[in-house]
Amino acid sequence: MKKKAGIKRRTFGALTAGAALAGGATTVATTAARAADGKVLKFVQAGNMTILDPIWTTAYVTRTHGYFIYDTLFAMDANNEVKPQMVDKYSVSADKTLWTFTLRDGLAWHDGTPVTSEDCIPSIKRWGARDAMGLKLMDFVKEFKAVDAKTFTMQLKEPYGLVLESLGKPSSNVPFMMPKKIAETDPFKQIDSQMGSGPFKYINAESKPGEKHVYVKNDKYKPRAEAPSGLSGGKVVKVGRVEIIEMPDPQQQVNAIIAGEIDLIEQPPHDLLPIMKADKGVQLVDWNPLGQQFIYRMNHTQPPFNNPKIRQAALLCIEQEEYLKATVGEPEYYKVSGAAFISGTPNAFDAPNGLFVKPNYEKAKALLKEAGYDGTPIVLMQSTTLPVLTNTAPVTKAQLEKGGFKVDMQSMDWQTLVTRRTKKDPPSQGGWNLFHTFTVAADIMNPISNTYMVALGDKSWFGWPTDPEMEKLRDAYSKETDPAKAKQMALAVQNRAIETAQYGWIGQWYGPGAARKNIKGWLKAPVPVMWNVEKA
Amino acid sequence: MLDFIARRLIAIIPVLAVVAIFVFLMLRLTPGDPAAVIAGDNATSDQIAMIRGKLGLDLPIWQQFAIWIGDMLHGNFGESFFFKKTVVELIQQRLEPTLALSICTLIIAVFTAVPLGVLAAYRQGSWIDRIVMGFSVLGFSMPTFVIGYILIYIFAINLGWLPVQGYVRIGVDFWQFLERMVLPSITLAIVYIALLARITRASILEVLNEDYIRTARAKGLSTRVVLMRHALRNAAVPILTVIGIGIALLIGGAVVTESVYGLPGLGRLTVEAVLSRDFPTIQAVILMFSVVYVVINLLIDISYTLFDPRIRY
Repeated sequence: MKKKAGIKRRTFGALTAGAALAGGATTVATTAARAADGKVLKFVQAGNMTILDPIWTTAYVTRTHGYFIYDTLFAMDANNEVKPQMVDKYSVSADKTLWTFTLRDGLAWHDGTPVTSEDCIPSIKRWGARDAMGLKLMDFVKEFKAVDAKTFTMQLKEPYGLVLESLGKPSSNVPFMMPKKIAETDPFKQIDSQMGSGPFKYINAESKPGEKHVYVKNDKYKPRAEAPSGLSGGKVVKVGRVEIIEMPDPQQQVNAIIAGEIDLIEQPPHDLLPIMKADKGVQLVDWNPLGQQFIYRMNHTQPPFNNPKIRQAALLCIEQEEYLKATVGEPEYYKVSGAAFISGTPNAFDAPNGLFVKPNYEKAKALLKEAGYDGTPIVLMQSTTLPVLTNTAPVTKAQLEKGGFKVDMQSMDWQTLVTRRTKKDPPSQGGWNLFHTFTVAADIMNPISNTYMVALGDKSWFGWPTDPEMEKLRDAYSKETDPAKAKQMALAVQNRAIETAQYGWIGQWYGPGAARKNIKGWLKAPVPVMWNVEKA
Repeated sequence: MLDFIARRLIAIIPVLAVVAIFVFLMLRLTPGDPAAVIAGDNATSDQIAMIRGKLGLDLPIWQQFAIWIGDMLHGNFGESFFFKKTVVELIQQRLEPTLALSICTLIIAVFTAVPLGVLAAYRQGSWIDRIVMGFSVLGFSMPTFVIGYILIYIFAINLGWLPVQGYVRIGVDFWQFLERMVLPSITLAIVYIALLARITRASILEVLNEDYIRTARAKGLSTRVVLMRHALRNAAVPILTVIGIGIALLIGGAVVTESVYGLPGLGRLTVEAVLSRDFPTIQAVILMFSVVYVVINLLIDISYTLFDPRIRY
């Protein structure tokens, strides 16, 4: 049985009497003590939060912070359907180019002033200048107009099939609504204010980056009447205060939750899950059923991966289960799947011929021979500081070597890797051929939000693939307003990505969160949100 | 003496200049781009380039250096790339935990190591001496994080006497502050105790054979008086020197200890800044550590005069 943390006052006092004399023990009441609701949730995110502007960065911790203090026009529910959130009603013209949105009653910023159309328009524009899906939407937008305080219109140049999916985008960057003055900040400069209209208020005076971030319940927030579902529905806050505790060491997180010093951990590493599973006071919570996907990206601009046949040979070497065993371990936390747009979602299709599931080394060798691969080693960058990624590179090295490649695996910290991957130089001059990353599944569920599918050369994500045919397919998908036809176009995009070996998807995985047993109501969503969470 | 202090203070300037140049170049010439870190994983090269421009990282290195030095001469140490706070604000916020940890560690270390070292010297060759020296080797050989995890496992997880992690500011709740300082301070103090106990033992052994000790004993003074007033005082100079040198050890150890116990101090700030390539913060923190190191050594030099009147500057 666990003993109560904290040495007995008398014993401790005896040990430290001298120090007490010097200290003149004083206790300053904090707002924690004053919080009317009394319940304080202590939550540890999967990384430190240093930036508070969810448009300026795509960091997931900052996105989660955004969901605390901001609200969104639309939101994705537990069935991956987009539902109105700040919007009360919306309509689209018969020619599908004029969208009209009306805000619901009772929306107010944290200072009490009402949320208006004039706030929403610059908020969408700022997001649209940074986010991949936002940029695409803005390509179609002719103009915005504020009709009245609660109604605004969006005039498109031509029909666009992903208007709601864009405005209800669940993960980085999320189109959060901000007050006009803040939303008008240069999209490439960080905002100064933390005022939103969301269910929590950020307490700047008590937040200390590197130590903790403090949020209190926004008493004036009017939740929707519907039950919460995913990121949509009524955002009812059931605690007085949430503290995001900055605790970078996973072992320390586990020790702290077992000792009852924190209430929730967003995503403890898989190797520590058995310790928490065995503890009577802790439960594992599968809050993100969509999970994540590992990605393997080749540099399309440098030999040998500038040759599509050699890229195809590399894809033929992939055996997802080997990656998943090496990184995640327990089969209950991973899924082998040939679907680029995430297994279990509307655009999911298995890749043909068992690609990604069963390797075909002989065919890979034949392709390499046909392509005239000269044996130049592939420069494979391995991140050693993100535990979940560390083991991916050695698996790739082994698989590629079985397929006839020579591989030069170079280890580095993640920050060095993210810098080096921006370099377009030849690998021998500081460039690269291949690296791995992972992404929240909700970010890549369609051909537009999936950054890795972009094939616009220099404007693409690192690796810079160029493929006009792929762009035609993506464009067609974005304009298609019939969901059934759009689904077939998503399949065409996936097939094209396989045909040109645009990138490799090397496995879906899940990382449950951990919570004390007295915590209830952690919603299933792609983002760990703290409304609806109760502490008994 | 004042002349000596003035000369030593003036000597800080070239030291800082060398540190500034070294740190600046080291950060710019090693791989790592803060703009890429800020932009996040989904950003494109163009977006990263835009951020780089906004941060002034696309300027030639000499120009970046000139701007930094110019700003510093005007008392502006810059703004963190990430925290949207000035570096001075950040350091002020993180100073208390590190200062508290260092002071508690020093108190524990000095008040444990010096008596142990004196005792070991006095009982040279005895089991006490062997235990102290054995502990010293063990303490010096064990990495700080291992000591930390062992103490957490025993005292926080198993016995539940003390908290696992965290920091409560001294002004918020003094008892909670103390509760949270016990394990980190002991963790960090162990290596320091090991070092200091060895030096104290060696220094005392050296003076115990001196004529004045024999004279003191012949005068009938008690062992305690001989050891504490005559032997220890004369052995103090090397001990003080090691305490001074040990400050560097303390700074290095604080980085690890703060991470293991979740203390939001300067050590963790340094690690976070290095990992995210927050150049202004790294530069300012390293410069600050350099000043602290030089000033502490100056204070140690001055304190020699208190223990040995023969020393004059």
